[in-house]
Amino acid sequence: MKRDSQTPVELFDAAITGQRHAIGRLLSLVEQGGEAADAVSALTHEKSGDAMVIGITGPPGSGKSSLLSQLLKVIVAAGFRPAVIAVDPSSPLTGGAILGDRVRIDATDTATFIRSIATRGHSGGLALAVPGAVRVLDAVGFNPVIIETVGVGQVEVDVTASADTTIVVANPGTGDAVQANKAGLLEVADIFVVNKSDLPGSNDARRDLELMLDLSHMTGQEDSTGRRPPIIMANSLEGSGAAELWSAIVEHGEHLVATNQIDTRRAKRQLAELRSRVSDALLDALDNELASEQGADVVAALSDRRITPSEASSQIIDRVIRID
Amino acid sequence: MTDTPIRIVLAKIGFDGHDRGLRMVARILRDAGCEVIYLGLRQTTENVVAVVEQEDADAVGLSMHNAQHLTLAPKMVESLRSAGLDVPVILGGVVPDQDIAALMESGVAVILGPGTSAEDVVRSVREAVTSRS
Repeated sequence: MKRDSQTPVELFDAAITGQRHAIGRLLSLVEQGGEAADAVSALTHEKSGDAMVIGITGPPGSGKSSLLSQLLKVIVAAGFRPAVIAVDPSSPLTGGAILGDRVRIDATDTATFIRSIATRGHSGGLALAVPGAVRVLDAVGFNPVIIETVGVGQVEVDVTASADTTIVVANPGTGDAVQANKAGLLEVADIFVVNKSDLPGSNDARRDLELMLDLSHMTGQEDSTGRRPPIIMANSLEGSGAAELWSAIVEHGEHLVATNQIDTRRAKRQLAELRSRVSDALLDALDNELASEQGADVVAALSDRRITPSEASSQIIDRVIRID
Repeated sequence: MTDTPIRIVLAKIGFDGHDRGLRMVARILRDAGCEVIYLGLRQTTENVVAVVEQEDADAVGLSMHNAQHLTLAPKMVESLRSAGLDVPVILGGVVPDQDIAALMESGVAVILGPGTSAEDVVRSVREAVTSRS
């Protein structure tokens, strides 16, 4: 469907000179996956690693995009050239998606590059597409690269949490201290934002997060360096909190460097991507095996209760990872 | 890559607050499996061009209810062309019959007026996109 008159090499050459459509095309190749994405990866892998990678996550409607809109103004004013990867869900029923983050992001300045990515449902697709897209934007000179995802779904949380700095956006009125202590999203935060801080209950939300962090300190679950994630009050209607948030991001970046955590974090990110790639390939092999005649025999034997689920899985595993 | 979804940018250009139709079209296209990059109200042609480039979009859908279609729709087509983007512009909203010929002449790919069925919206977008490839 797409006119691919240019090779990935030609696109990359155009992209590093700042041609927006060439960057856009490279990101499409990354999203497609397969050989095209591998070719782009080969071009960008070595040239990346300079950009600060920031993740922003939080529940739907918590104001992530509006906050980002304010934050981008601060980042551009500070002399940086930011790029955003905004992830929105695809419909599991139709595969379609409404990518609406740009509605809130007022980025008429040409310094900022924004790309919307739909989750597209296929297993591990997002876990591969996002690191690939980060590499492209990093390699062509954007810094920082910001990933925005809804904080639902393990893959979405994982890709955001594997950033250098992860920001979790919370709102007033979304629960008490007990909610804040439930495991999950809040544990991945390097920085908290209580957004919509003009609404009643914002100080309660702040107190609940503080209490949660106190308990993390007591149980030894805090950062190994003893760093306590700051809590920033923000209100995107008037833009308050954005400058404080940027200072906190810069401070966290310096902290990562000072404590030698930056390399550990990035190594962890590479490892996570490697795991995603391998598990994606293994899942493909599994699907092929299950679709084969022998695979169908095993499934039939399982349905007829002639073999147990564990016997069936052993047989399939032997076939999937057999070494010929 | 036939399994790559159509990516379409939907916007209203200029001073025009009637976005109900555009939201409906967004939902229709989403349910037909398209990826809709929704920009909504008060956009400029320059901004739409930048978005088409960044999002590598296959089509632009404009909704017009401000009687500026004879000015802004051709300007959108021209802005995309001069940026080197071979992307069809699909026009919806209120367009009087006597203006259709001039708009088609200016390079608008399809005009979908009030009462167009969801099926026709989807078919028109698909045809406009595939005819460019």
